[in-house]
Amino acid sequence: MEYLIGIQGPDFVLIAADNVAASSIIQMKHDYDKMFKLSEKILLLCVGEAGDTVQFAEYIQKNVQLYKMRNGYELSPAAAANFTRKNLADYLRSRTPYHVNLLLAGYDEADGPGLYYMDHLSALAKAPFAAHGYGAFLTLSILDRYYKPDLTREEAVDLLKKCLAELNKRFILNLPSFTVRLIDKDGIHDMEKLPVGPK
Amino acid sequence: MALQDVCGFLETLDDISPCTYLPSEMGYMWRTPFEFDRDSAFHFLFPPQQCRRKNRAPTLFSSAFSSLSPHQQPFHLSHGTTTLGFIFQDGVIAAADTRASCKGLICCPISQKIMPIHSHLVVNTSGSGADCMLWERILTREMRLYQLRHRKRLSVNGAAKLLSMMLHPFKGTNVCVAATLCGWDGDETQEALQSCMEIADVKEAMEHGTSVSTILNKSALGSEKMASINEQDAHALKPTVSDQNTKNVLSTFGGWSGPRVCYVCSDGLQLKGEIISVGSGSPYAYAVLDDGWRWGMTVDEAVALAREAVFRATHWDAYSGNNVDLFHITAHGWRRRDREDLKEEYYRERERKKKMIKDREKERQKREGGELAEGEGDIYSVCCR
Repeated sequence: MEYLIGIQGPDFVLIAADNVAASSIIQMKHDYDKMFKLSEKILLLCVGEAGDTVQFAEYIQKNVQLYKMRNGYELSPAAAANFTRKNLADYLRSRTPYHVNLLLAGYDEADGPGLYYMDHLSALAKAPFAAHGYGAFLTLSILDRYYKPDLTREEAVDLLKKCLAELNKRFILNLPSFTVRLIDKDGIHDMEKLPVGPK
Repeated sequence: MALQDVCGFLETLDDISPCTYLPSEMGYMWRTPFEFDRDSAFHFLFPPQQCRRKNRAPTLFSSAFSSLSPHQQPFHLSHGTTTLGFIFQDGVIAAADTRASCKGLICCPISQKIMPIHSHLVVNTSGSGADCMLWERILTREMRLYQLRHRKRLSVNGAAKLLSMMLHPFKGTNVCVAATLCGWDGDETQEALQSCMEIADVKEAMEHGTSVSTILNKSALGSEKMASINEQDAHALKPTVSDQNTKNVLSTFGGWSGPRVCYVCSDGLQLKGEIISVGSGSPYAYAVLDDGWRWGMTVDEAVALAREAVFRATHWDAYSGNNVDLFHITAHGWRRRDREDLKEEYYRERERKKKMIKDREKERQKREGGELAEGEGDIYSVCCR
């Protein structure tokens, strides 16, 4: 029902998430933001079971911010991803596992851009491109075909538009708009919501 | 001892950190003396986030009862209702039906689903009736404590967050609460009022003679404001905000003061929005609301829209019906409209439809009469009579 996608370039990461907040068959909100800002250059995209998403994502968010307050510097994306995975794994075999699927995207001064794929069984993988949701079945092969490790920002946005066009064409559910953000050495940039059209 | 094991008595003594209320399963089994202490004001002294027993709290007793079969519900809980809340330029409208159903039985045709929490906040509840009543009271208590401690009211979003956090430990149990918090954020100062809303409209609305509840303004400050507004007159009638970009209008509220509606669900979903409808009748209500809602509606239009939405939902949904309750919240507090029987509305609408068909009939005949004069008789005019 929900869709997340991330594409990593040589010096940026492009991420998008759909904007629908649904409750059974009703779309309750059309402009819901599924991205959580962990730090100046790290975003956590979180989908899954209704309350678990916000609860878990905010828990990680506050802990990353606490780390910064205590130590004076921010966690790197790799460290934040591993921290998130550890928490997910700890809760997995408890009485209250969190059923969430995550993408963590960030830019590190030393290591460059990073996109981390995590799922509800707390698997972690650093990937050049990744997607979550039923829409992933439709779009991963497009990403396979057209992705190059040195793609420019414009090419990445075009690739994203191709994926969203395929969703509009073949996915049974209506996902009218997507929030798009780009992370590079200058921080997090909001980009135009896709698909562009009359509101 | 066997009794001690069954109750998990020793386990509770270890649990000195104030946590949350016990899940409803406990209510059906033994209650230890220790548990009655937990119902005291000591509870919720600390915010629930500090509860380290997060994983254990709902299962504290289920581990003791693991050998017992899960408790059987005496009847299937159904969550039939229609409640809605929306914001517009002049505040918030909260409306709900009054039918409490249980599978095929109407348990109560005159239940009240909209409860005031304080002078500027009401909550629409749906889900399991008992859970809603309990959590309403818990929320009211916490809001009042916050107000006493911090000398200002908690915002609607803050209240929603608080309720969501309190309900989180019960995720996965049978607690079923879907609450819509409808209220007005911000100070009641005259300056804030003038900068945020059209006073003339409010004054007009108040003169409509709908029943003003006496419990309306708990604070003396509030009643002073009411009195001063009543005395004022000749306040320049500002033109109502027409339906422009609602985002622009919302931002003029400064982000901290203005109407708010927020949905909280016991499985954790928390949404802020402009139009929220919950319950089995909500799809029907959404259809009417989406069609008629504009930011720049007048109070009358908004009330009519809410009534119509509930009426249509009760017509199609078997689990909603009987009467409609309507609350209007502005910067001055909430006002309650008299409860209306929707059966009367149904018959009135039938009459209106009949009249409309007759009128259209007459008009068609007039037109036909004009055409016949030109010598064009057709089957249609024969069918008319």
